[in-house]
Amino acid sequence: MFTVPQDLEAEIDERITHYPVSKRSAVLPVLHHLQQHFGYLSEEAVEWTAAKLGLEPIKVLEVVTFYPGFRQEAPGKYHIRVCRTLSCAMAGSHELMDSLCEKAGIDRSGVTHHHPIAVSPDGKFSIEFAECLASCGFGPVCMVNDDFHEAVTDAEGLLKQYS
Amino acid sequence: MSEVKPDLVDVQIDGVWHRFPKGTRLIEACRQVGAEVPHYCYHPKLTSPGNCRMCLVETGMPPRSAPGAESPQPDESGHLPIVWMPRPVIACANTVAPNMGVRTTSPLAEECRKGVMEFLLANHPLDCPICDQVGECTLQEYSVEHGKGESRFREQKVKKPKNVAVGPRVRLDDERCIMCSRCIRFTDEIADDPVLGFTDRGSHTVLTVYPGRELANNYSLNTVDICPVGALTSNDFRFQMRVWFMRETDTIDVNCATGANITVFSRQNKIYRIVPRRNNDVNSDWMPDSHRLNFHWIDSEARLTEPMVKEHGRHRAATWSEALAKTAEKLASLSGSEIAVIASARMTNEELFLVRHLVRQLGATQIDIVPRMGEGDGYLISADRNPNTNGARLVLGLARPGDGLDRVRSEIEQGRIKAVLCFQENLVEDGGFSPELLGKLDFLLASYPLAHSTTGLADVVLPGACWAEKSGTMVNVTGRLQRLNKAVDGPGETREPWEILRDLIASLGGDSGVTSVAEIFRQIAAEVTEFKGLAWGQIGDLGLPLIETGETIPALEREKQRKAAGLIVG
Repeated sequence: MFTVPQDLEAEIDERITHYPVSKRSAVLPVLHHLQQHFGYLSEEAVEWTAAKLGLEPIKVLEVVTFYPGFRQEAPGKYHIRVCRTLSCAMAGSHELMDSLCEKAGIDRSGVTHHHPIAVSPDGKFSIEFAECLASCGFGPVCMVNDDFHEAVTDAEGLLKQYS
Repeated sequence: MSEVKPDLVDVQIDGVWHRFPKGTRLIEACRQVGAEVPHYCYHPKLTSPGNCRMCLVETGMPPRSAPGAESPQPDESGHLPIVWMPRPVIACANTVAPNMGVRTTSPLAEECRKGVMEFLLANHPLDCPICDQVGECTLQEYSVEHGKGESRFREQKVKKPKNVAVGPRVRLDDERCIMCSRCIRFTDEIADDPVLGFTDRGSHTVLTVYPGRELANNYSLNTVDICPVGALTSNDFRFQMRVWFMRETDTIDVNCATGANITVFSRQNKIYRIVPRRNNDVNSDWMPDSHRLNFHWIDSEARLTEPMVKEHGRHRAATWSEALAKTAEKLASLSGSEIAVIASARMTNEELFLVRHLVRQLGATQIDIVPRMGEGDGYLISADRNPNTNGARLVLGLARPGDGLDRVRSEIEQGRIKAVLCFQENLVEDGGFSPELLGKLDFLLASYPLAHSTTGLADVVLPGACWAEKSGTMVNVTGRLQRLNKAVDGPGETREPWEILRDLIASLGGDSGVTSVAEIFRQIAAEVTEFKGLAWGQIGDLGLPLIETGETIPALEREKQRKAAGLIVG
């Protein structure tokens, strides 16, 4: 069952008041709140947002599917985003991805454009490629949840920080 | 209130100066002077998002002089010189301005179109040979007129969903979609059923119906009409017939009193599809699916194809002369008060006029139609499901159509009425006449396109042409006189209802003096006050207002509001 806790809803309601002209403008902040709480945006989350803002669900889905930062599938406890844009790619981000997957036991063979996230069997780690994380001089870079890591060469050491 | 003359502005289009009302969109201004600007996303009945970029044109304005410098002087024609802007603008969302210049065929404009076409075709599957839109595809047409002729795109085309059932009647091929968003805007703005949207925006953009929902509203097929490419196709029509083989007949819909203007597409006497035709006083650009698809019965097995007479309780085929003679013989033995005529508000004014003639000739006193009231849908479907109730009021002089039916029923019950002549109606199903009641009659004549419960009981059955097989005029819910035009021939021995009535009158010894529908219209114009002075040729393809009924068409009222608010061109 999808239930938004009262305090979260209160927070969201307050946030919506920042957009007095058009409630539609509040779609992004509401989705951020929900993703932060639930880890991803389920169909129910999309419909809840639509109902909250008096929009049609398709209008919310359009926004969710536009931003790669919004996830439609549940990530692991620690979600890793590896930059694959030019500088990082040249600095070895694909190798970093491979070794992170190997060490965390993640199988990325099912990853497609529409299903970008792969999760480890124990649900502890999930991983996806991201576009530029804005530290091009220190590739390869990645983010683990909200932590930023530059010049990552030791995949195992990185994962150990989150054990 | 005096009419306010709109402010006019001078605009130069392709070197020639014209004058347009302030606020006119560039694309409409160009169209009005014959300089059609190619476009995909723009539609005058929908908002203009300006997303296809196909209508880019070059524009210019008078120069603004530096402070202190001499201001530009008008030339001998009174216009200021034009300084052309280096970048193009979209013609669909920009409006005319005083002394503006527009170039629709300049090298810049042509180059823009080439570029847009190349992008649109980069991911397009180029499956024209198997596409249903071919022949009426703007992507195809503009490729010929404005395309580059070859693609520089060497990469893999993006794969997208194909053959998706977005609703019960509409099918989607996402690879063909050029993301013009007309269908999305239609469902948002006209049909109030916003289930469509673009997801995965970017190079993977797909038109999607929201998961778990479907495009099922009764106006869904209009999205197929406005789709400029083969992305949305009609389940009913797809793969049935190539569009260039079909003949187009402009006529009107007869499923309700709105009388939506339509085009019937037929080939070799078979109707393949019906699409709405623009009439801003009737149906705008739209029509309901339920009306559009209600034509398959026309070539069904249930069609009556030859006259029949009943002998020893069974029907047998007869010739027209035999069936008419039998009718005349029977009617001659009855007095006028023993005969009731039940006509239909599905008949044309011309047919009803001959019914009136017949009634007078028989001296019959009971004449009525079967009302067919339902509920309006708040868009284009009128509560009155008869297409010509107003015509029946005017031509037959019925003050309250349907009010006489009770009396007819009771007089049949009492044996005072011995014969009923029923034209284009089903008394059992729709008229409230039970088979037992009709069994009391000495004589029942039924004329209808299809075999049904009333024709089964009739002593004489006359096969009549259906609405698509005849011509005439009708008066819609707002009082507009419109023309029905024959698209196909009726099957077998079928005759047009006006011919049947003419022959019936003749077999009773009368003379209607008519040889064509236009001839009957002339008689109506001479005899019926409201039609005075009208000529057949005057009615045209869009009809003309005949009477004031005080009724409005909800979809049009909404369109007027949207136009007044400046949301659409209209």
